[in-house]
Amino acid sequence: MVSVLSSFGGGQLQYALAAVLLLIGLYGMLVKTNFARKLMAMNVMQVAVIVFFVSLAVRSGGTPPIEIEHEAAVAYANPLPHALMLTAIVVSVSTTGVALALLIRTHRRFNTLDESELLDRLRE
Amino acid sequence: MSRHLPILIVLCPLVGALIVPLVGRVSVRAARGLTVLATMSSLACAVAALREVLSGDDWHYHLGGWAPPWGIEYVVDPLGGGMAVLVALLATLVAIYAGPYLRGFSSLRGATFDSLFLLLTGGLLGITLTGDLFNLYVFLEISSLAAYALLGSGGERAVVATFRYLLVGTIAASFYLLGLGYLYALTGTLNMADLAIRLAAVPSGSAATVGVVLIVVGLAVKMAVFPLHGWMPDAYTYAPPPVTMFIAAVMSKVSAYALIRLLFFVLPAGDAVATARDVLGWVAVAGVLAGSVLALPQKDVRRMLAYSSIGQMGYIVLGVSLGNAAALTGALLHVGAHAVAKGCLFGAIGSMPRQTVQVEIAGFAGAARRAPLTMAAFTVAALSLIGMPPTAGFFSKWYLLRGALEADAWVFAAVLLVSSLLSAIYFFRLLEQIYFADGPPVSEPGQASGVARRSWRVVAPVVTLGAIVLLIGLFNGALVTSVIERALPEL
Repeated sequence: MVSVLSSFGGGQLQYALAAVLLLIGLYGMLVKTNFARKLMAMNVMQVAVIVFFVSLAVRSGGTPPIEIEHEAAVAYANPLPHALMLTAIVVSVSTTGVALALLIRTHRRFNTLDESELLDRLRE
Repeated sequence: MSRHLPILIVLCPLVGALIVPLVGRVSVRAARGLTVLATMSSLACAVAALREVLSGDDWHYHLGGWAPPWGIEYVVDPLGGGMAVLVALLATLVAIYAGPYLRGFSSLRGATFDSLFLLLTGGLLGITLTGDLFNLYVFLEISSLAAYALLGSGGERAVVATFRYLLVGTIAASFYLLGLGYLYALTGTLNMADLAIRLAAVPSGSAATVGVVLIVVGLAVKMAVFPLHGWMPDAYTYAPPPVTMFIAAVMSKVSAYALIRLLFFVLPAGDAVATARDVLGWVAVAGVLAGSVLALPQKDVRRMLAYSSIGQMGYIVLGVSLGNAAALTGALLHVGAHAVAKGCLFGAIGSMPRQTVQVEIAGFAGAARRAPLTMAAFTVAALSLIGMPPTAGFFSKWYLLRGALEADAWVFAAVLLVSSLLSAIYFFRLLEQIYFADGPPVSEPGQASGVARRSWRVVAPVVTLGAIVLLIGLFNGALVTSVIERALPEL
């Protein structure tokens, strides 16, 4: 069982990429004060998770998980993480949509998307 | 039909969410009726399924006939089924309660509200029943997205508060998903039962630890456990009353359920889980104290209740951390007790006339004369949060205290008592205003502020919740032996 699993996952580099993207996203969400920038950082973070999952599906020397000319795929890449990430992408798109709707309403009312300025206005 | 009960619990609100906007174009009343009907049928299915399970074995339902681990399975056991009944019950009452609030809305806005509310309900019910970790993530996001939209519908302040909640909530969900990825990479499965077996066989290493940490942190943010609670007071304060009532009552509880499910039924009892529970214990202590202390100076009653929720979630986490039978019984009983009591409190506040001044503590002066029934229910719920017998809160705290003493955790026991004292202070301040302060003179009965407009649809759910708080307290023995003891993991 474990031996089959260990043939998945590919090299190290894409995990480093996922980690870097995750940290960039978290940094942006925590440090940037503009809500639009925070939202973009959130998207970067979600991409990091997608990169991580898709990397898990990679198999060194693997084929796509389909039969080509009646030749059964033997050592094929894992299709499940791809399916999961399709759902995650849908979630990410909907979250971004809701977030943008909230930002548009905020901007119409307060004419700014700066967090500290907004919080000042709210305390009034 | 009855063969498909587990999926019907989730399908009723989800299908309702699709139909309600269409029906709303033709008739607003029909759309409202459909919303209540959808939540009620969900409640009926949940109760029927739970009864079935309590008299026999756990109910494994395979979606589309695909056996796990390939297919997604829904599992009704006493724990998940009990949570489903709790969520569906609150949903039904809030669906009724929302009627007068929606009256002034355009038909489109009213139907959108109902549709989102049903989506939220369906998402939360899905979390309680699914036996698949990724499916849980999907339902977590369905419920969160619906919650963002609902919370944001409360005006400009609500929009800003909701955006900040959305960011934090998405970090939490991404952490959960990432942790899930680690566990999937280790085991190659997403089914909870299958994962539990396979993880036990995997030698503990850093990958499993990282997975556990990410999942626990993600769920803790969703629960608003103490240092991760920043999003919650603003979100609760500015949202429309029915939304706060429902979300404050069940949303954090469902995340607490997910945490209990994962820590005790899925993840192997290794070092990582033991450490996570130790850390959660101290986090809970900090949360119980901080929540109670921060609630004290609040002038806005909704904000005070939000901070009290942070303290109350601390109790539940405390029970999870102690992890012995008595403490877990207390934690589960407290999930129910707090959900019902908080729903009642926010419901009662939402029924006050909508001037801002009314949600200040001083605005409650003499409220008992103006709304005796609502305020009686409010009082019962407040006493339950303080922990006075014979309300539900007394017994859940009693079990937690017993659990703490059994584990020789004296600090935890002391914290439980101190925070009860603190919550007594801030609730009695409020109760004094309600019963003994002179309110504004009650003008002619016809136009007495709020009273004439207060319909049974607002009063009945609040009073029902108040009565349930008492009933859980009075029949806590029966509830513990018939449901909660069977919901406990094998320790």
